[in-house]
Amino acid sequence: MANEQKIGKTLRMIKGERMFKRSIRLSGILMVTLVLGIFITLFWGAFPSIQSLGFDFFKGKTWDPVQNVFGAYPFLVGTLLTSLVALMISIPFSVAIAIFLGEYFPNGWLSNFLRGTIELIAAVPSVIFGFWGFFVLVPIIRTFQVEMGIMPNGVGIFSAALVLAIMIIPYAASLGTSIIKMVPSDLKEGAYALGATRWEVLRNVILPYSKSGLFAGILLSLGRAVGETMAVTMVIGNANLLPESIFSPGNTMASVIANEFTEADHPLYLAALIEMGLFLFLVTFVINFIGKRIIKKTTNH
Amino acid sequence: MKKRNLQQIAMIALGLLVSISLTSCSQNGNSDSTNQKVKTLIGAGSSFDNPLFSKMFYEYNKNTGLQINYQSVGSGAGISQLTHKTVDFGATDAPMNDAQEKEAKGNVLHIPITAGAVVLSYNLPTVKKTLNMTPEVIAEIFLGKITNWNDAKIEAINPGVNLPNQKIVVVHRSDGSGTTSIFTTYLSKVNAEWRDKVGAGTSVNWPVGLGGKGNEGVAGIEKQTPGAIGYIELAYAIQNNRPYVTVQNKSGNYIKPSIESVTAAANIVIPEDAKISLTDTEAADGYPISSFSWVIIYQEQSYGKNTEAKAKELVTLINWMIHEGQQYSAALDYAPLSEAAVKRAVEILKKATFNGKAIL
Repeated sequence: MANEQKIGKTLRMIKGERMFKRSIRLSGILMVTLVLGIFITLFWGAFPSIQSLGFDFFKGKTWDPVQNVFGAYPFLVGTLLTSLVALMISIPFSVAIAIFLGEYFPNGWLSNFLRGTIELIAAVPSVIFGFWGFFVLVPIIRTFQVEMGIMPNGVGIFSAALVLAIMIIPYAASLGTSIIKMVPSDLKEGAYALGATRWEVLRNVILPYSKSGLFAGILLSLGRAVGETMAVTMVIGNANLLPESIFSPGNTMASVIANEFTEADHPLYLAALIEMGLFLFLVTFVINFIGKRIIKKTTNH
Repeated sequence: MKKRNLQQIAMIALGLLVSISLTSCSQNGNSDSTNQKVKTLIGAGSSFDNPLFSKMFYEYNKNTGLQINYQSVGSGAGISQLTHKTVDFGATDAPMNDAQEKEAKGNVLHIPITAGAVVLSYNLPTVKKTLNMTPEVIAEIFLGKITNWNDAKIEAINPGVNLPNQKIVVVHRSDGSGTTSIFTTYLSKVNAEWRDKVGAGTSVNWPVGLGGKGNEGVAGIEKQTPGAIGYIELAYAIQNNRPYVTVQNKSGNYIKPSIESVTAAANIVIPEDAKISLTDTEAADGYPISSFSWVIIYQEQSYGKNTEAKAKELVTLINWMIHEGQQYSAALDYAPLSEAAVKRAVEILKKATFNGKAIL
């Protein structure tokens, strides 16, 4: 009697486990289909634009919804400029933080406090960065522009890049920290034993060992910068023109989509916006893919 | 034991998911199809109308018990939702264009519901007097041809005002919006160069300037930037105490934008379909950058699962909005419909039919 009960219980458990396995597999497959579905929907929606605009979509410098002329070149340039400038500003900070938290102070209250603060930056909603940029950063930049004698817009490519730089620091920094922590201690100790100073260990052992990992972190943060929408649109000036300098107003692909999507009243207009979305999707996908590949390679060592 | 718990949680979560999806399906299935008393109507569109509609629908609900669910998604989205018949009525700040009408299956009625205006707000701390502007000056500023505040053309129409030698920073909306449509329609009417080079629409290719998202985005940049000029909704300007220019209208009078001057702008001969922009109005005391906002419904209400009872509720509601509902306009800084507009609105509403039978 007792035995039968036990067998029944075990059978039920096996059944339950099978169910569980099946349900997690299902959700995994669901996610993949979802991403594929998004890609197909975007492609389908963008098709009228791809068909009628062709390659002019990427070459055209005019974005005129009234005449149905859609050239995304200014936004392409805007996206690249803001992201790359943001990356250049953020790299010294994120690498410094990674070295500090990964090598100099991996433990202790100061390190925990710093790490917590940096992770908090990643958790702050982007619209708050937009607000802060608009009300604090932009007036400061405007004051500088008045001093320098250029058009005191305040908002523009540079303001957007600065806000973006702050937003992407945590991504590169936290990944960099873990990569630097993973440098085998026998390598470091060996160097110390040979009489290397701390700087020499950092310069000749840690950085060479972890450089591709650091690079991957930076690449992932680039992916984030390319796709950021809300904070950018609040401080970039939203001018659909090719930016003349780093201080001129411009626009990015993500920002244009967010701004114009709801009122896109012509089928081709809508398709052009969706094509921009498709392109953005592919760009971030490729950036992330490369980043992940590099991380995988370095962590396999 | 722990594993068991995890399993249970997973099961419960799965069960919940299934039941949610099932209930949402069944809800779609049984609404509308029964001939019960209509409890809710759904509308979507213009965000400009939203504060007024909230007040109107709240009052209407108190009187009749009918629940009206209005989604403030923007005029364009409102039109497309009506086209796809996912809402009972739409609301828009710009009449439907040819492409949109072609997409809609069946004739769509435009019923004027309220009127609003776009004002030009500026940031010149040293100028205390209200600035005057002519259509030509406004167009040339936004075309980037007048670039300085002490331009002779601005000084000529503002005698006695000490205009600073300062660069003009043009600010416009970055998001597609009915406000932009009203303003660019006006500029296209009064200036040939604007019409040929830029044109009118919810988003246009601005020759100069910075873009801000929403009224608050434009006002924000303009408030921060000395020498800025931007266009915003009248109601927003009043509520936020922004200074704005008086604009010369077609009759040559300089008109201060106000609720009265916007209502006055609508006191003109209104065409049969009411799809008229009030911009550059013929009315002598009307503010020239004014526009109607419309509620849009299908003329033939018998479509999909729509019932006659529901169509009747809808038409009764709109009839209430153009009559009793107007009393709530002024307090919220909307311009009440002019007499001519109310008369025309009723005539249009009477065209609504269910299976070819007049509803009102």
